[in-house]
Amino acid sequence: MSSPEFKNPVVKWIDHRLPVFSFMHHELHEYPTPRNLSYLWNLGSLAGLALVTMIVTGIILAMHYTPHVDHAFESVERIMRDVNHGWLIRYIHMNGASFFFIVVYIHIFRGLYYGSYKAPRELLWILGVLILLLMMATAFMGYVLPWGQMSFWGATVITNLFSAIPWVGDSIVVWLWGGFSVDNPTLSRFFALHYLMPFMIVGVVILHIIALHRFGSNNPLGIDVSGKQDTIPFHPYYTSKDLFGAMVFLTIFASAIFFYPNFLGHPDNYIPANPLQTPAHIVPEWYFLPFYAILRAIPDKLGGVLFMFGAIAVLFILPWLDRSPVRSGRFRPLFKLFFWVLLADCVLLGYLGGKPAEGIYVTLSRLATAYYFIHFLVILPLLSVVEKTRPLPQSISMPVTGAGMSAAPAAKRGKADV
Amino acid sequence: MFKRVSQIICAGGIAVLASMGGMAPAMAAGAGGDIVEHDWTFDGPFGFFDKASLQRGFQVYREVCASCHGLEYIAFRNFSDLGYSEAEIKAIAAEYDVTDGPNEEGEMFTRAAIPADRVPSPYANENAARAFNGGAYPPDLSLITKARPNGANYLYSLLVGYKDAPQGKEVPDGMYYNTAYSGNLIAMPQPLYGDDIELAGDGDTSIEALAEDLVAFLAWAAEPEMESRKRTGIAVMLFLFVMCFVSYGSMRYIWADIKKK
Repeated sequence: MSSPEFKNPVVKWIDHRLPVFSFMHHELHEYPTPRNLSYLWNLGSLAGLALVTMIVTGIILAMHYTPHVDHAFESVERIMRDVNHGWLIRYIHMNGASFFFIVVYIHIFRGLYYGSYKAPRELLWILGVLILLLMMATAFMGYVLPWGQMSFWGATVITNLFSAIPWVGDSIVVWLWGGFSVDNPTLSRFFALHYLMPFMIVGVVILHIIALHRFGSNNPLGIDVSGKQDTIPFHPYYTSKDLFGAMVFLTIFASAIFFYPNFLGHPDNYIPANPLQTPAHIVPEWYFLPFYAILRAIPDKLGGVLFMFGAIAVLFILPWLDRSPVRSGRFRPLFKLFFWVLLADCVLLGYLGGKPAEGIYVTLSRLATAYYFIHFLVILPLLSVVEKTRPLPQSISMPVTGAGMSAAPAAKRGKADV
Repeated sequence: MFKRVSQIICAGGIAVLASMGGMAPAMAAGAGGDIVEHDWTFDGPFGFFDKASLQRGFQVYREVCASCHGLEYIAFRNFSDLGYSEAEIKAIAAEYDVTDGPNEEGEMFTRAAIPADRVPSPYANENAARAFNGGAYPPDLSLITKARPNGANYLYSLLVGYKDAPQGKEVPDGMYYNTAYSGNLIAMPQPLYGDDIELAGDGDTSIEALAEDLVAFLAWAAEPEMESRKRTGIAVMLFLFVMCFVSYGSMRYIWADIKKK
């Protein structure tokens, strides 16, 4: 890659000594990107937008929030009522967590469908799973901060999971709590960690982007870029597309913030935390429900915890479970079918996680949990061997120019719109 | 081309809103009791508070609920939202006594409330409240419509839901039968009977009308920002719709040379 010629003498002077402008030019401007990316490739930049939104609103909230069991709930109400536009900042942050997860879950399922985790992008995928883990920890601790009933009891249930660890479990729980129950020391450390972890996420996101830029984006065809004719510069093509995607995302996000800000929350969290009164049903936020269902599906406490973390752990080794050389689900008829079954299975788990652990729900949770692991540990390795994949197109640019098969959505859209 | 995208965005937006609006009561239906779905002026994206109704609701709160239930997050100055003037708010506040201090001698003292004070709670603390109410704690009402599923409808149903217990249903001492309450046995005695209070200007004092005014007042107390939130929301949505079209157009313009090849 050649260094660009900068006209502005100041920019030139700086860039010669500190090549930040060259760096930005390479990575954001000329960065060669497959020309056939669909709208599903918008989700990465949307996740970045969500992360920045959360950090900015979070810092402002921290200026007004008091991490103390006697004042936390009231300080949140003061933000809602007395801080100028405090309700807006807080509702953005509160709903932002949900929308961050929506975007990231779509991003992950896009990666699953198009085989974005396969060589040479294994580390890119693993860093992504690490981001998901950090996000979950951050979201969990953030939910504790308003110190409502669900905050308190959610924190109690989840921290108690660590007591399942043999021998040292109980000591670990006391160490996590900073006492003998969820109390003020727990709240203040959760606040400190909730402030810290987003910046750890930023760090891993930077690594995620470095790994991405090593080989560039995967694409809907899942085949490698074969030359210049297959790529277009990131700017202005994908910057303009990402901008449009951001506007659509913000429109949906804003409709939740302004019109249904509490739809995704739980009413019990507007009741101040009361250690003497357990809510009828303790449920986590919706984005944890599939994992909560797995946790409760296993009759043994330690087993439940292991399976719950295993549901994430299995994603770390996914690149070595699915050995099929074909990336995109578009050319894998059987894989495609099982992908949709997995998606339905995860939605079912989410539904079951919100239901009481009784009767038919327990049986269904067990079946859905079993299928989740069977998909990754049995079906994917088997498919790599037995599946007969469809022939791959020769290159990305062929279908785009209309000369070959018309698998690329960009080509179809282009014609229909004229 | 633009039309198609606009249709998609509008349809998507409407679908999202409709599903959110439609699902909320459905989710709450599991609460246990019979919930009446009532039409509220504050429902939906264009919802607003009827100030006359809020004032009547405040009067119901003051004359009926306030003997047991606090309103701790509401300050008297907030009543300007109800349409009261500054002088009226001062007069309302002055009817309450609050404890202040310590003064220069180190003594706590009682004085008349001013607009900056919060509405005083009826009990010194939770234990006092429980001791006075046979062990039950009358919850603070400043967040009550947000703290219950389908809050406004639930509260309305609760207020009009006191009925004679059906044959065979045992109602212990100190409990009352209510069709809306989960389990149907509630420790709160029936608060409204209709014609409980005299409203200024021949207001309707049927139990339904009083309950409606009170719920509207409590909905305001829980979400005093609701009107400005929704008004801002309409403007933000209009802005974002325009930005969707503008950014879509600029994307198509930029991509035109790629598509022609």
